[in-house]
Amino acid sequence: MKKNIPEIENTSTDLAKEEYIRYSRHLILPEVGEEGQRELKAASVLIVGAGGLGSPATFYLAAAGVGTIGIADFDNVELVNLQRQIIHGTGDIGHPKVDSAASKMRAVNPLIKVKKIPEKLSSENAMQIIKDYDVVIDGTDNFPTRYLLNDACVLSGKPYVYGSIYRFEGQASVFATELGPCYRCLYPEPPPPNLVPSCEEGGVLGILPGIIGSIQAAEAIKLVLNIGESLAGQLLLFDALRMEFSKLKIRKNEDCPVCGKNPSVTELIDYDQFCGITADAEDNLNITPLQLKQKMDNGDDILLLDVREEIEYKINRIEGGQLIPLYLVPLKMNELDRSKEIIIYCRNGIRSMDALRNLKAAGFEKVKNLAGGINAWIDQIDPTLQKY
Amino acid sequence: MKVNVKFFALGRELVGNNSLEIELGESDNIKNLIERLQNEHPKFKELKSFVVAVNMEYADMQKSLNDGDEVAIIPPVSGG
Repeated sequence: MKKNIPEIENTSTDLAKEEYIRYSRHLILPEVGEEGQRELKAASVLIVGAGGLGSPATFYLAAAGVGTIGIADFDNVELVNLQRQIIHGTGDIGHPKVDSAASKMRAVNPLIKVKKIPEKLSSENAMQIIKDYDVVIDGTDNFPTRYLLNDACVLSGKPYVYGSIYRFEGQASVFATELGPCYRCLYPEPPPPNLVPSCEEGGVLGILPGIIGSIQAAEAIKLVLNIGESLAGQLLLFDALRMEFSKLKIRKNEDCPVCGKNPSVTELIDYDQFCGITADAEDNLNITPLQLKQKMDNGDDILLLDVREEIEYKINRIEGGQLIPLYLVPLKMNELDRSKEIIIYCRNGIRSMDALRNLKAAGFEKVKNLAGGINAWIDQIDPTLQKY
Repeated sequence: MKVNVKFFALGRELVGNNSLEIELGESDNIKNLIERLQNEHPKFKELKSFVVAVNMEYADMQKSLNDGDEVAIIPPVSGG
């Protein structure tokens, strides 16, 4: 791993008096010691995403005395984040996530350098952004960015500390090391768009990214210190409900298009396209809450279809609708009256668009998606309903 | 021969179970197992992208299976 850490050049990484006290518990570990702490001070780690996974990583890397920490996030803090993104507080709502992340890191440890990167990582900027760092931690929440980071790290020769979560389960590994696999060795093809629910759509146990993100921080620190056995070549699986960890042995795919013997991917590509996400030429399939209200008031012959889960239906609903959870739509769609105009809704308009595509593919012609879902309905038409 | 198949993430929801014991032919491989799962659990067909591991080690579709093997099917997840 030392090969990936650039030589310490001219920056003094001697420890100040205060640092001997601050890092005392590191210094007395034989595997760390003064030399290790100086290596941490000399290191720069980039955390992409100041969200669920990024939060514990930012705290622990700052506490550990990593000399330079970059934090990249283009988003602002929202109330809905606070259930799990512990780097942000109630007072940070509405403000850029990098601001609260940076200020918490500096509060933990004013002796480190924090670089805020309030940008969305893309094929245009990723190589430039990561080139200043020794290790990259993936705290993102979508497939295109994960593939982007993987490829950028392989192309730049930086280890990529991977972590991801789903409801109660998590995965972690270290990709893009010289001998180890990369993310594409494991998952050469992304899943179809909208098949795997995000935290927003599927929900997540708040504590879960706390565990996986901490594991990522541990792996980053181990890489800097070159101690222990990294997760390179292993996929760690975690199940919070059973409190079970398992590790699978994985290996480099010699034919991998990015890190294999004859790579065909030698520069960053369009990852949205790679993951099948196309700009919505589906705008004309959308209907606004106001338009829906008008149709209902006019007594139009519509069928309002709710494709959320029963548990969501219990919280709120637009009256007059029929509930068929998304996963049952393919099975029950033939019960729907094709002569009516079918207006589909869910919480935010994402799952309902998925259902719409399903129905269209099955020959339904008069289908529309309620843009923004019941959340938009609550904002614009009926604020008496409970939002969630 | 019998193998124990462990499911993760979306796979659990599509199959409706965390694990299943599957009876296979003596010379069956992973590909045969996947086909069997897709036939017996049609929703499982939605899973196009997944890692397979046999006894905690990555395996490709051609890997032959033995009695008592533990097979894990791990779809990608992306939450953060």
